[in-house]
Amino acid sequence: MGREKIKQSFLQSLTSFEKVLPMLVGIVLLLGIILELIPKGFYSAFFSGNSVLDPLLGAVLGSISAGSPVTSYIMGGEFLKQGVSLIAVTAFILTWVSVGFIQLPIESKFFGKKFAISRTILAFFSSLLVAFFTVLTLNLL
Amino acid sequence: MKRPSGEFIFILIVLFAYFILFIFNYSLALRAFLASLNIVLRILPALVLVLFFMFLSNYFFDSKKIVRHLGEESGVRGWFLSVIGGILSTGPIFVWYPLLKELKDHGMRTAFIAVFFYNRAVKLPLLPVMVFYFGVPFTLILTFYMVLFSVVNALVISRIQFYKTEFKS
Repeated sequence: MGREKIKQSFLQSLTSFEKVLPMLVGIVLLLGIILELIPKGFYSAFFSGNSVLDPLLGAVLGSISAGSPVTSYIMGGEFLKQGVSLIAVTAFILTWVSVGFIQLPIESKFFGKKFAISRTILAFFSSLLVAFFTVLTLNLL
Repeated sequence: MKRPSGEFIFILIVLFAYFILFIFNYSLALRAFLASLNIVLRILPALVLVLFFMFLSNYFFDSKKIVRHLGEESGVRGWFLSVIGGILSTGPIFVWYPLLKELKDHGMRTAFIAVFFYNRAVKLPLLPVMVFYFGVPFTLILTFYMVLFSVVNALVISRIQFYKTEFKS
């Protein structure tokens, strides 16, 4: 019974995984193109110092980017050194991991279009609010 | 004739992009392909971890148990587990889709999926890097607001899903 259940559970997991594999390969191949097409220093050229536009830009850039969160921390740290506002950098870090326009097709496939789109939109605007409140609280302390 | 799925069209577009790149800029296409391979190598441990969690979930939890811990009636425990799960999860967001879908099919509340996804901005193993760049106060405050807003987002999403169901019925 035990061994049979292990085998059954493993096969069940593998079957679920097989279903997502083609889409995963597609996303990874697309990320490869994006990473190679975007030159280094591309992002910082966007920020103008505008206190309203910069956070919005940070959020948009984070949303269309992908990769390990640590990359967003490092890039955010570099942006700060270049004089980009902390709100913009925070929005960038947050949307980097919580909003994924590239992953939207696969998220829709798994959880439905309505869930994926509403979650993405909410996460985008929440990131702006969290960035604002984080910096505001930091300044008040 | 059966309409091709969105998934099929998406993969076809990506392959077509590679085909065009290979013709017009061979070295860029090769670099992009190698970058993709590099991503695969990086996400491999996370994929294995997800597969292992899926196995554990299939082995130990039936629908009843999942509903008890992560279902509509799970209460504070469900919220807590989703927040912790999101923070502890490693690798890109999409590698967690199969596991979450499976949990959802077994009765996990949709709102908890949103909580899990939003709580991925702070990663415990990466905290030293975040602290190094932004300092301890920033990291703590950001974590607090992130958790708070993940719950707000999830509640809004629950309402949207609720209206959808109501509208359909």
